[in-house]
Amino acid sequence: MERFLIGAEPVIPTAAAIHVSHLWAGYETGSVLEDINLTVQRLDFIGLIGPNGGGKTTLLKVLLGLLPPTRGEVRIMGKPVREGRKHIGYVPQVVAFDHDFPVNVWDVARMGRLGRRGLFRRYSSRDDAVAEQALRQVEMWELRTRPIGELSGGQRQRVYIARALATEPDILLLDEPTASVDPKISTSIYELLQRLNDHVTIVLISHDMSAVSSYVKTVGCLNRHLFYHEDRYLTPEMLELAYQCPIDLIAHGAPHRVFAPHPFGDEVVHDHDHGGAVG
Amino acid sequence: MIAAILEALQFAFMRHALLAGVLVSVACGIIGAYVVVNRIVFISGGIAHAAYGGIGLGFFFKYNLLPLLFVNAAAALDQRPGYFPLVGAILFSLAAALVMGLVQRRTRQRADTIIGVLWAIGMAVGIIFVDLTQGYKVDLMSYLFGSILAVESSELLIILALDVIIVVLVALFYKELLAISFDETFATVENVPVDVIYLLLLAMIAMTVVMLMRVVGLIMVIAMLTIPAAISGLFVKDLKRMMVLSSFLGMVFTTLGLWFSYSWNLTSGAAIILVGGVTYLLSLMVHPVLLRARRRRLEQAEA
Repeated sequence: MERFLIGAEPVIPTAAAIHVSHLWAGYETGSVLEDINLTVQRLDFIGLIGPNGGGKTTLLKVLLGLLPPTRGEVRIMGKPVREGRKHIGYVPQVVAFDHDFPVNVWDVARMGRLGRRGLFRRYSSRDDAVAEQALRQVEMWELRTRPIGELSGGQRQRVYIARALATEPDILLLDEPTASVDPKISTSIYELLQRLNDHVTIVLISHDMSAVSSYVKTVGCLNRHLFYHEDRYLTPEMLELAYQCPIDLIAHGAPHRVFAPHPFGDEVVHDHDHGGAVG
Repeated sequence: MIAAILEALQFAFMRHALLAGVLVSVACGIIGAYVVVNRIVFISGGIAHAAYGGIGLGFFFKYNLLPLLFVNAAAALDQRPGYFPLVGAILFSLAAALVMGLVQRRTRQRADTIIGVLWAIGMAVGIIFVDLTQGYKVDLMSYLFGSILAVESSELLIILALDVIIVVLVALFYKELLAISFDETFATVENVPVDVIYLLLLAMIAMTVVMLMRVVGLIMVIAMLTIPAAISGLFVKDLKRMMVLSSFLGMVFTTLGLWFSYSWNLTSGAAIILVGGVTYLLSLMVHPVLLRARRRRLEQAEA
């Protein structure tokens, strides 16, 4: 059954999941992203963090082909964005929806099949099978007839993940997936993502330090420029550059797993009881 | 009571009116559901008023330009007076829908301002062209407040044809229309031709508006598109069911409204809208009670 989730679209075998080179992007008011270089390897689980207004949304729009870059190049599975975005399962922020919209869980999950089923064609039994499989994976199959407005934040997030999975993606792109759920639910969502990561590359964007927990494989900081070393540890320098504020302010109250266990822990994260949270 | 109903049905205009109400309700139920969930009531109002410009244009062509070209044209058209303005209104409101759709999506100006301006211009164009039309002063009030009691069989056929077109188009593009209404960004990423589908939706709104204009009148078009869909949106959480329920409610409102209008000699369009409006207000009062009961049931089921 898991086979459903491996992309049916032919992919260029050697290409990186996402390759961004010398990307500049922005709006009439000026550049938001400057000279971004990023290579996301297959089956990576990358967390991109950064302050609000640091360009996370802009990068997301560029990756989804919603905003043309002013300079530079983006390739997804070795293809230009418009074609390559077929390989992306996009999970938007939950808050952006009209909760009164008359649609149920099953209808939303099947929207993941839109890209495979063009105009004038009904959803096939295979489409239904894929959507069902996706809902089962996120444990929302039992609630398939439930209107979307009657779900909790965490359940709704799972439905949007199912919709993204129904596209049979090679890459899952998530925008603040735990922004509106409580910590317990957010743990279960990260565990789900970690399981999915066996088959799918995951790119997660968040302004929340705590979101980039021990689940990610690599982490980068985005604030106009990208600081990324294909490594799971943030250095204080990266954070300082990205947030442009003293590190201990950020470190306070956030899980510290993203920091390397030894070299700087004492200097940066001092005095309070972080205990086992570090490392 | 039954005798009175049978008596009313003996009049051809009454049968026509009832049938018109039913036919219009189908289109307004389906399209109204999209208008309500997409929150584009204002654009629909703009399209409706722009359609008025088409009516003025239609009358002008019919009585001033056509007779210059074909001497007997106006006389021939007089066999079915509503026809030519209706065609003018359809074309004009389709054009207005396209312009408003493009304005809303492409410009960085405030879209609602531009729509408000187009709304007013459409209205003014209609009035000016009727002023310019010589020798025949149409009853503009019939387009503002509707004349469901004067619907002719040729118009019934046109409304039926538009109904069929709308049902076919919605059936063909249902999953795309649902997708762009629910989450346009996701639809774009899935390479759904979002702009085309959106303009299609606006074009269907334009067609529906023209149909409704004749029956309940321009002023009440917005209410007729909104009220049945708003009521059903309270009670059903599925777009298809919402369409069916809205259509059904529309039929009930037009039929009841016509009956009150016939019994007490009231303006038919206003009677229809009041029936719908009162039902909506009652629904708003009942809804929270039902919602609480449903929540309780859900919680018990999960416990």
